[in-house]
Amino acid sequence: MDLVVDTLSHAYGNVTVLQDIDLTIPSGQIVCLVGPSGCGKSTLLRMIGGLERPTQGAVRLLGEPPRDSLNPLTFVFQHFALLPWRNVEDNIRLVLEDHRLPKAEVARIIDDVLARTRLTDFAKALPKQLSGGMKQRVAIARALAVRPACMLMDEPLSALDSQTRELLMEDLISLWTREPFTAVYVTHNLAEAVRLGHRVVVLSRRPGRVHDVVDIDIPLQDRHAGMPELEKTQAHLWELMRREAQVADMELIDG
Amino acid sequence: MADTPLLAAGTLPPSRPVTPAKGQPVPFRGGGFQPVPIRGVAILVFVLLIAALELGTRTGVISNLTMPPPSAIVETLWNLAASGRLWTHLYPSLTRLVIGAAIGTTLGIAIGTMIGLFSLARAGLVPLVSALFPIPKIALLPLFVIWFGIGESSKYALIAFGTFTPTVVATFGAVDNVDRTLIRMGQSFGLSWWSVVRKIVLPGAFPGILSGLRVSIAIGIILLVAAEMLGAEHGIGAYILEAGSLYDLERLFAGVTVLSVMGVTLSWLIGLLERRFLSWRS
Repeated sequence: MDLVVDTLSHAYGNVTVLQDIDLTIPSGQIVCLVGPSGCGKSTLLRMIGGLERPTQGAVRLLGEPPRDSLNPLTFVFQHFALLPWRNVEDNIRLVLEDHRLPKAEVARIIDDVLARTRLTDFAKALPKQLSGGMKQRVAIARALAVRPACMLMDEPLSALDSQTRELLMEDLISLWTREPFTAVYVTHNLAEAVRLGHRVVVLSRRPGRVHDVVDIDIPLQDRHAGMPELEKTQAHLWELMRREAQVADMELIDG
Repeated sequence: MADTPLLAAGTLPPSRPVTPAKGQPVPFRGGGFQPVPIRGVAILVFVLLIAALELGTRTGVISNLTMPPPSAIVETLWNLAASGRLWTHLYPSLTRLVIGAAIGTTLGIAIGTMIGLFSLARAGLVPLVSALFPIPKIALLPLFVIWFGIGESSKYALIAFGTFTPTVVATFGAVDNVDRTLIRMGQSFGLSWWSVVRKIVLPGAFPGILSGLRVSIAIGIILLVAAEMLGAEHGIGAYILEAGSLYDLERLFAGVTVLSVMGVTLSWLIGLLERRFLSWRS
């Protein structure tokens, strides 16, 4: 199943935030959306996931989502969005409860995703007992539990410190290597984009347009921090964004 | 990592070891503003106050016309309990409070949740609730007697009405304060509307509803006594009124003590609920 963003535009009142976005998210690839703050990348992601409605254009699904997928478009949020009154296991159970699966099946899925995110020992812990990195791993486990056709990740590592970010990035890479998933990954961190993205889409500042698309051919598992090729791509991306980011920084918020 | 240092190395003055004994220590100024629980102080205050009253009334510094000695109040309470008359007054009072508060808070939580969830309910009911909230409910007692009769129903109605408005306000405030990202998360995973309400909105609002309940219960006790003073054969309020009109200070204070203990017990029960169900809060 591919996702296509078809000449999508969006305006809040008479402020255009997104203009004529055309984008294809091919199956099995991670597409990173980068851009200066306020360029509407998170808004675009929410539209792809059906949490917001564009004023013009549409997001379309090409082909059927896999039959076993419980929730084809699944979000991973920046601030984890875990229910603080449910423990790790029950937070994952929450998204399975409405699907009337047999008990054994639910238990199997939970065990499986906890194992894949190395959380098995923490099944009974409450979110308040977990570090930021652990919370995000729970959120990722929860997303995996519904077997998404496409994961929509909204700055999933931005709330974490840089060491945790590096560890979680490695986790994501190994998850993808074992079982490739499709993802749209919004970030403002170019280092993340070049490590995780098969394709990096650079948005321009408001109104957000597709400024450039950069494909990175190096396989994910061969990439590592400080690799010269990645540094070069990152520098190139920064050149594309630099001026825009400067202007965006000087803007009044509701101007 | 992408983070580049703002200052190049070497622009900072080199750190020199300073001989320890020289120089002023930096004064500490970060203290206070951090209440810590101290055990035993509450009991000490009680004991001291009661001891002072006892001493004052015995020596005659405090006239027996204004204040009975605490020991006499305890004795009265003891006799009341032993004769079983405490129960004949406490039972109807507790029944009134429980039934009235149950009606009021249940309705209040239901209406408050509706205001929190539906724009139409909010637009229509919030002004109404704001208009009802400041009315001293005791002023409505004569009206309630006309509507519901002099029996139990008018007392239930008064307590229910008095606990209803603060519960509504607390509940819709609590529903408003539920983290919207959690609700969007639920929707993004395809949870049904009812699941979102039951599994995300209501548990998220529960702490706010419980603290509203504390206020409601206190108001309920106040109204209970007021209602019983206006027309009841039994009940703590009736007992206090009777003692007052006979100028029987020991019994009057015994009645007031029962009320105070009742309030403390109910608040302790709510605290117990909070510890049991809200342990997830950090």
